[in-house]
Amino acid sequence: MRGDAKSMTVLSPRTAAEAVKTYAEVPSALPFAGGTDVMVGWNLGQMNGRAVLDLSRVAEWKKIRVVGDGIDLGSLVTHAQIQAHPVLRKRFPLLVAACATVGAAQIQNRGTIGGNIANASPAGDTFPALAVYEATVRAIGPNGRRGVPISEIFAGVKKTTLRPGELIEAVFLPFPDETPTRGIFRKVGTRAAQAISKTVFAGLVWNGKGGVLTGARLAFGSMAPTVRRLYAVEEYLRGRRLNEISISAAAELLPNDVSPIDDIRSTREYRLTVSRNILTAFLKGELK
Amino acid sequence: MIKLTVNGKKRLFKGAPFTRLIDALREDFALTGTKEGCGEGECGACTVLLDGEPVNSCLVPVCQADGRKVETVESLGVPEKLSKLQAGFLACGGAQCGICTPGMLMTAHAHLKSGGKADDASVRTALSGNLCRCTGYQDIVKSVIKAAKGGRK
Ligand SMILES: Cc1cc2nc3c(=O)[nH]c(=O)nc-3n(C[C@H](O)[C@H](O)[C@H](O)COP(=O)(O)OP(=O)(O)OC[C@H]3O[C@@H](n4cnc5c(N)ncnc54)[C@H](O)[C@@H]3O)c2cc1C
Ligand code: FES
Ligand code: FES
Repeated sequence: MRGDAKSMTVLSPRTAAEAVKTYAEVPSALPFAGGTDVMVGWNLGQMNGRAVLDLSRVAEWKKIRVVGDGIDLGSLVTHAQIQAHPVLRKRFPLLVAACATVGAAQIQNRGTIGGNIANASPAGDTFPALAVYEATVRAIGPNGRRGVPISEIFAGVKKTTLRPGELIEAVFLPFPDETPTRGIFRKVGTRAAQAISKTVFAGLVWNGKGGVLTGARLAFGSMAPTVRRLYAVEEYLRGRRLNEISISAAAELLPNDVSPIDDIRSTREYRLTVSRNILTAFLKGELK
Repeated sequence: MIKLTVNGKKRLFKGAPFTRLIDALREDFALTGTKEGCGEGECGACTVLLDGEPVNSCLVPVCQADGRKVETVESLGVPEKLSKLQAGFLACGGAQCGICTPGMLMTAHAHLKSGGKADDASVRTALSGNLCRCTGYQDIVKSVIKAAKGGRK
């Protein structure tokens, strides 16, 4: 069965307050931003008869605002907008790189950061970057606003910890206290464009005096039901010099924080091997 | 009621607001140049420009085009007077069955109009959301580059 437009009701709030109020009145409504996830299912006839909460008129959620200690991305900001923003390009290049790999131009022009997060795909390509930048998702609901660390927003495959009636209003990216020495984003899919990740990585390191690492933030997507920070690897690396021995020991710790599976896109073994290679190459400084 | 501008003309859409833009264009406005390939956002055959940016019209409900500008392949040229890009496709054999062509043209048009580069790598990246099952990308990329170069002379 195909999507039946006549069976759908469209609710079009114009402000954040109106969006929350309308959602409270029609809790069964389906939030709808750029539609690049929702429309695929809808076209297959999976959502007929639903009310749709079209958020696209909430102008205040379309803005990227540089504030004192970071950048506030409205939930409706698109992957294309993120790539075009000069301050994001300079300060959060891994997120910019991630957005450039989401689908292709047509998807990047429509797909939003809020929709990417709310959809909670294990393969969401922005998540590793959001994880290493320690982003906070700002939810708004009947009881007001609350910040949810990116590490706590995902509850599982396609599940978030948003409470009933809550919508994503924005994503806050704090400027790191110190500029990272190096950073990299890597996505491995079947082809360059329009491919779902088999594994996806973002990493930042901070070098101190004498080549000792003062900090590392590393994250993989598609390697567990939700994005994973490599806390065991990060902990091991802190205060160490990067060399053949420490890097291979760090790579051995990878399975502590990820649990890849076999699925239609890839196998557990492939994912682990490729991810270990990416991590090793990044730590060795071989990735550009 | 939904008001939108299609190829420079003001249009009213009176049907269901969740109608896909591609269906509104083809069935209500009789603009059948836009083609449907996959209906899933994968192939780009249905690409139109929304406020100048390429989007998959199979993934856009017409209510989100309210108050906005839509451009379809019909806005480019007519058989008697092809646009440079269309002429490029004709000259370089950039089309075979033609199903992907309207989407290719609109995506390439947006790329060049927004100042995108006409080198091989840039054109390939710009067109990476447009799939073709017959021509092969070589000739399509060549068509775009030829059109762009011709235009700059
Ligand atoms: C061909 C194709 C290729 C793709 N490639 C990639 C890819 O490479 N990488 C990737 O990560 N994704 C990819 N996607 C998925 C999708 O494009 C992204 O996840 C996109 O960011 C979703 O944003 P949207 O605004 O379109 O979401 P929508 O479809 O509007 O919504 C997605 C989900 O989020 C909910 N939602 C939306 N906004 C809010 C909000 N503000 N508050 C609460 N809930 C909300 C909706 O109810 C829905 O459940 C692809 C999709 C397609 C069709
Ligand atoms: S028909 Fe819309 S992308 Fe294929
Ligand atoms: S010409 Fe047939 S799909 Fe491209």
